[in-house]
Amino acid sequence: MTVATVPQGARPKTFDKGRLLVYAVLLIASAFFLTPLWVMLMTSFKTMAEIRQGQILAWPQHFTVDAWFKAWSSACTGLTCDGIRVGFWNSIRILVPSVILSIALGGLTGYAMTFYRVRGANLLFAILLIGAFIPYQVFIYPMVRLFSIIGIYDSLTGIVVVHIVFGLSLMTLLFRNYFSSLPIELFNAARVDGAGFLTILRHVVLPMSAPIIIVATILQVTGIWNDFILGLTFAGRDNRPMTVLLNNIVNSQQGEAAYDVDMAATILTAIVPLAVYFASGRWFVRGVAAGAVKG
Amino acid sequence: MSAVSVKDIGVTFGGLKVIEGLSLDIRAGEFIVLLGPSGCGKSTLLNAIAGLIDVSDGQVWMGDKNVTWAEPKDRGIGMVFQSYSLYPRMTVEENLSFGLRIARTPKTEIANRVSRAAAMLHLEPLLRRKPAELSGGQRQRVAIGRALVRNCDVFLFDEPLSNLDAKLRTELRIEIKKLHQEIGNTMIYVTHDQVEALTLADRIAVMKSGVIQQFASPHDIYHKPANAFVAGFIGSPTMNMIDGEIAGRDGAVAHKSPAGAIDLSRYAFLRSPAAGAATFGIRPEHVGLGAAPAGRHRGNGKVTLIEPMGGETVVWTEFGGKPFVIKTDGEVDFGLGDAIDFHFEPARASVFDASSGERM
Amino acid sequence: MDKPKAMAGSRAYSLWRRQAPAAIALIPAAVMVVTIYLGAMLWTVRLSFSSSKMLPVFDLVGLQQYDRLFATERFVLSSWHIALFGVLFIAGSLAIGFLLAVFIDQKVRFEDAFRTIFLYPYSMSFIVTGLAWQWFLNPSLGLQKVVRDLGFANFTFDWLVQPDLVMFTLVIAAIWQASGLVMAILLAGLRGVDSELWKATQIEGIPTWRVYMSIVLPMLSPMLVTASVLLAVSVAKLYDLVVAMTKGGPGLSSEVPAKFIMDNFFERANVGLGSAAATMLLVTVVALVGPWIYVEHLRPRRNKA
Repeated sequence: MTVATVPQGARPKTFDKGRLLVYAVLLIASAFFLTPLWVMLMTSFKTMAEIRQGQILAWPQHFTVDAWFKAWSSACTGLTCDGIRVGFWNSIRILVPSVILSIALGGLTGYAMTFYRVRGANLLFAILLIGAFIPYQVFIYPMVRLFSIIGIYDSLTGIVVVHIVFGLSLMTLLFRNYFSSLPIELFNAARVDGAGFLTILRHVVLPMSAPIIIVATILQVTGIWNDFILGLTFAGRDNRPMTVLLNNIVNSQQGEAAYDVDMAATILTAIVPLAVYFASGRWFVRGVAAGAVKG
Repeated sequence: MSAVSVKDIGVTFGGLKVIEGLSLDIRAGEFIVLLGPSGCGKSTLLNAIAGLIDVSDGQVWMGDKNVTWAEPKDRGIGMVFQSYSLYPRMTVEENLSFGLRIARTPKTEIANRVSRAAAMLHLEPLLRRKPAELSGGQRQRVAIGRALVRNCDVFLFDEPLSNLDAKLRTELRIEIKKLHQEIGNTMIYVTHDQVEALTLADRIAVMKSGVIQQFASPHDIYHKPANAFVAGFIGSPTMNMIDGEIAGRDGAVAHKSPAGAIDLSRYAFLRSPAAGAATFGIRPEHVGLGAAPAGRHRGNGKVTLIEPMGGETVVWTEFGGKPFVIKTDGEVDFGLGDAIDFHFEPARASVFDASSGERM
Repeated sequence: MDKPKAMAGSRAYSLWRRQAPAAIALIPAAVMVVTIYLGAMLWTVRLSFSSSKMLPVFDLVGLQQYDRLFATERFVLSSWHIALFGVLFIAGSLAIGFLLAVFIDQKVRFEDAFRTIFLYPYSMSFIVTGLAWQWFLNPSLGLQKVVRDLGFANFTFDWLVQPDLVMFTLVIAAIWQASGLVMAILLAGLRGVDSELWKATQIEGIPTWRVYMSIVLPMLSPMLVTASVLLAVSVAKLYDLVVAMTKGGPGLSSEVPAKFIMDNFFERANVGLGSAAATMLLVTVVALVGPWIYVEHLRPRRNKA
């Protein structure tokens, strides 16, 4: 005869089907998200002979990094075959000035708009904001003509200016939102002390801006490095960014595609933003959310 | 058979024993208040009774059912929370009926219960509104209504008035008391506000650090606090405490201190008093001003502070070298620095053992 | 009593002195807004009414370019394609993003790891995404072969080269990239749900999935709208992914408006036609997004000097 247990104390842990389902779904989703990356990596470490056998999920039988060297220094990116490293350095040369200047200008503009009453500033901001949503194609042709006339079309200066212009709306929005959330008392106290426009910016606002500058940097580095269409149009043959050269390597080939080199080049192009992503952790999520405030 | 009883329960949070060996029996239809300062374990106890947290030892019973392992929804309880927790995107009517709809209650039954609850709580004009359009007091009534429609035996309240302003708190307190008079269900109410406790409760459980200090009617808690903590927690301003010692024996026991020898022959000791350190406590409202009737202990002192409160006045003076507070009706006709006479009846006092704090 | 004129003047002067640096600071932004945001846009619209071919011509030909536009099969097709893509992409990303956020919200272990995995595609370029999926869905060596090797000999997944199905491959790749973003946005919203709300639903005995669907989801609607608008903007801008993954093919079956415009500007020397298409794109975006922007952002702000 069994004696029923009297319920007391801690509840016995029952097998929770619900949790099993949760983990199952998450694992399946993880597989979905990781598989393309896995495939890219595996392909890049295989020989073409093995790739032609078509086991894209399998670990390489002969692990080789040949494709990576080829992609870096000898892949054909159009008329020349100097590898994608050309694009890497071009992207760096575009990235550094663009990021610094677009953040600086966005910060300055956001500061002026938040703490000062300038006539027309609200209208300016409204246009900037709407402009952020409009596809580049609406602006691009007149810009090309304009840059030609000025003489900066197809140049490094040109592409940097383009990135500053198109980065202005997101950067201004970010900084304006952030500065609006700072306590106005700090600003007023500095004014009472007699500080002027630039002094307050340098000594009061800037020291408090580390979080938003980090977020802005993450967004701009990722956005500018990943850009394709602007680099294609404005950078000129000598400054083509990595994304453009990558597309050339993969999509404009004669003869059989060299999948191993293609994949190595693709991963090389993705390394910088991925590194930023993994290094920044929660900051990336914060940046995404702050940028989402725009949209 | 009690309506709710908790037998020897323990509750652990991350290795820390918040409650240990606690037992409580609540009779059907009682309005019980769990009262205490922050962190005393009253909300923990309520959540354990509700089943929102698990007990690590002991049992929880509702009536004749052992519900220690039962889900909250199977315990026959309704609960009202501090921040209302209404469903923000539903109308009042949908808020009230949602749980019943999930349980597939027949539509007519749902309509009945909703209209009954709405009538009882004056919610009829608000049925189509959303929580964002309601005032704090209205939201709380909806929260109570949501518990009402469940037709449960026991109602639990977790500091429901703490987020409201003073006036609203008084109004809703009265409504809750009227509700209890009308429907008569067992109610367990958590608060840190002693006024709520004293006005609403049939019995109060005063808690400190996870232990029930005293479980008694408001009258007993007020007049016969079981220990120095309860005595100090209830009553505003706090009870005057005079440190000293018990001397004498049998018929001639007195409390000796710098404030004098207070005759304790009429004081109702719980046991035969032993000589030793003891604290004498008398409430400010039990101290009278002016000439003393016969038998009272007399004292005098200089006025150090006067706090006029409209209908009452709180007078601070010194007695036996320590601050002494007197509360009296109306206004006083003396001023700062004046010497005053006061008196009190030792039988109304509370005497506590100096080391254990227990009532003697 | 009137303030002495000199004092009133000096007060205005000090006000100007305070605002002047700010006004100057806004000049670069103002220049950019006027020349590019407004100027270039208006010029494009202007060009759509001209007969420009390879170079801009400043005549006026009425709606001729627009007539041409709607008669051009490529444009009409691209419009259908982007509409189809838009609906599937936005719906799919919202649904998957929401599911991912909900499941991660269940107090799972390794939450950070899961979140990292779901969001990393968003950090990559559309070019990279397009090339990765182009390879993964390769008809002879990709997914099709993997499943066939598992024993399903008749499994076909050659959508990349099927005119009727190629748009769906773009949808899949885009959802892969963007649902992490939706998840991140919604997860923040889920975390904002009061824990007492969950207690109340426990007392009422409402099953967890029901709480998410009937109570939490409506609470998230502002964030869902935000996410939808962000996604919609990506739809209008869709270019890089198509160039990398399908080049618009096979044939014209994955042509999209942004690509149509770029091709007409720079390869086919049809500036007028391209401008007309760009203007159509502009009108569509403003109509969809304009009201939302006004409500969300263009209300008066605090903190003015």
